[in-house]
Amino acid sequence: MIFAAERLSSALGQRAEVIIVAVVICGVIFELVRRRHLMERYAILWLVAGFTLLILALWQGLLTTLSRAAGIYYPPAALFAVGFLFVLVLLVHFSIIVSRLSNQNKVLAQRLALLQQRLEQETAERTGPAASSATAPVADRPRDEPSPTR
Amino acid sequence: MNRNLIIVPAYNEAEAVGTTIAAIRRWAPEFDLLVVDDGSTDATAEQARMAGATVLCLPFNLGIGGAMQSGYIYAKEHDYDVAVQVDGDGQHDPRYIDDLLSRLNEDPKLNMVTGSRFLDPEGEGYRSSAIRRVGIRLFARLMSLITRQRVTDPTSGFRMTDRRGIELFARDYPHDYPEVEAILLMHAHRLRSCEVAVVMGPRITGESAISSTQSVYYMVKVLLAVFVALFRERPNVVEEDPPPVGAERTT
Repeated sequence: MIFAAERLSSALGQRAEVIIVAVVICGVIFELVRRRHLMERYAILWLVAGFTLLILALWQGLLTTLSRAAGIYYPPAALFAVGFLFVLVLLVHFSIIVSRLSNQNKVLAQRLALLQQRLEQETAERTGPAASSATAPVADRPRDEPSPTR
Repeated sequence: MNRNLIIVPAYNEAEAVGTTIAAIRRWAPEFDLLVVDDGSTDATAEQARMAGATVLCLPFNLGIGGAMQSGYIYAKEHDYDVAVQVDGDGQHDPRYIDDLLSRLNEDPKLNMVTGSRFLDPEGEGYRSSAIRRVGIRLFARLMSLITRQRVTDPTSGFRMTDRRGIELFARDYPHDYPEVEAILLMHAHRLRSCEVAVVMGPRITGESAISSTQSVYYMVKVLLAVFVALFRERPNVVEEDPPPVGAERTT
């Protein structure tokens, strides 16, 4: 009797902890979005994770049923497996985003440099050829520079 | 009349870039000169401007691939016929630019000519760390196998391309350590390249983009890139077909 009661209370305690963790995750994500530290489209993923955790904690037996159905007889292992997979997919997703961003970053830097050069050239042309030593054609440059040391 | 452009990628080469530009002016006066300042923190851009070059200033360091691609985009936008990469550190001797150009003009089917340090058997080759030489030889073997023609110096950046090459590289150029992949890119688009023997001097200043500790990363990265690129879908063309997306000839 005593053992059963202890087990029940500890199970209840664990459930309460999981519920708190899930609520905290959702709360933190909500706050990050509110402060514009996190975009909605990335918040959705984390909110889904938080809600999933919450549902599993509230709906007792769901995790056990699901893991039994999947052939896993130790429910926490199922939870870990799913969590691990989720984090893995998320990281790949972020790697893709980082790659895309750095590519876009490169294109922007190149466009910026080309536009800046064109602007400088046009400014130099407008203010008169005397000031445009940087854009003078090759033929106008002196050719009698000292020979390279090599 | 041909319009030719020399692209000089330079990252923190304030001391060497002036000398390099002077040498280029002396040995290739008929070429226009564009220095791509790859986000240098020193006076590279000022030195280049003072030496009379047109300067593209990247807002931050993109690496040699991104810097060179900006040069190719510039060449494409300004309608150049030929673009050649000459490094800002003084490794590429501008005296060979004429050799590259005459080889490119000799054969109208050629789209790219690379200056190779290892083509001349009597040449001294290139003094470098053992691991780097092993890497170069490995990539030479690999690229020769893939392109079914002899490639002796796949890591040489001393390259001259025609319009098709410029168009291709303006649209698609590898991010970092681009030289080996660029050969594959040319091959995949059925553009032709060959090599011309050159001698490269030691760099005047600056660090190689690849320190010995990075050599391993370099090899792994390029091997992966080459392997993946082999399976990448490209607009392949037969000679008579319209050219691929990446290499239209605009005339």
